[in-house]
Amino acid sequence: MLLNQFLILSAVLFSIGVYGVLARRNGVLVLMSIELILNAVNINLVAFGAFRASVGGEVFALFVIAVAAAEVGVGLAMVLLLYRNRRSIDLTLIDQLRG
Amino acid sequence: MSTLAALADMDRLTSGEVLVAQNVAFAVMAITMIVSALRMVTTRNVVHAALYLVVVLSGVAGIFILLGAEFVGVTQVMVYIGAIVVLFLFGIMLTKGSFGDDDGVSGERRLMAGLVGLLVFGVMIAALVDSFADAELARSAPSTTAEIADSIFSAYIVPFEAVSVLLLAALIGAIVVARQD
Repeated sequence: MLLNQFLILSAVLFSIGVYGVLARRNGVLVLMSIELILNAVNINLVAFGAFRASVGGEVFALFVIAVAAAEVGVGLAMVLLLYRNRRSIDLTLIDQLRG
Repeated sequence: MSTLAALADMDRLTSGEVLVAQNVAFAVMAITMIVSALRMVTTRNVVHAALYLVVVLSGVAGIFILLGAEFVGVTQVMVYIGAIVVLFLFGIMLTKGSFGDDDGVSGERRLMAGLVGLLVFGVMIAALVDSFADAELARSAPSTTAEIADSIFSAYIVPFEAVSVLLLAALIGAIVVARQD
């Protein structure tokens, strides 16, 4: 198998995730798109690990999975707090700091 | 893009020595994942988006197994599909009713986001094709869990401990932030 087929798949998923983060207004959906981006990164790490026949890529993929779990926990807690205070999780309404 | 990859595989298929089954599996998973990811970021129903996310995450687990990273693949299924998606579904449930449709005002927003996505994609594809034009993956035995464990607890012990502390801090932080009092 070519290395590039994995890297290009990962690039496609990454770009779709970037689109999701920028285009969606629902806080939960933005967090899901961030998960998509992190998964694209993981594919890259594991593919390069296989390419160099080293186990380091897989180890770092595991670290990324752990960090993603932490990020989702904190992110969803913030979305819940937002919902409790504003009765809405529309991110375009959070613009108090706008000049 | 995956059709392009598949076409390239077909070309090399005629010259012999290509792993047909692996490439077919890759093509099927890649197409499924890309379609599901596109549906995930465009669907109006938030619960459907979570279910499309499950499809993408399963595809990523399959890709890991295809690359010989069994332990990461199984961890992906357990942590992502088992825990994180459930967390998302709870989040959707608890914020239910705040959103009917996700659409309405976002024509220009969508256009700009699509432009940024395409730009990022173009730059990455150009760099990748330029750098790794026809690099082959080494055909080696899949890495065993014992190797990964040895590696984590010897060379990568400091980042491992740091990630443990980070996870603990994040979970306590999540409880503190979301607690009602």
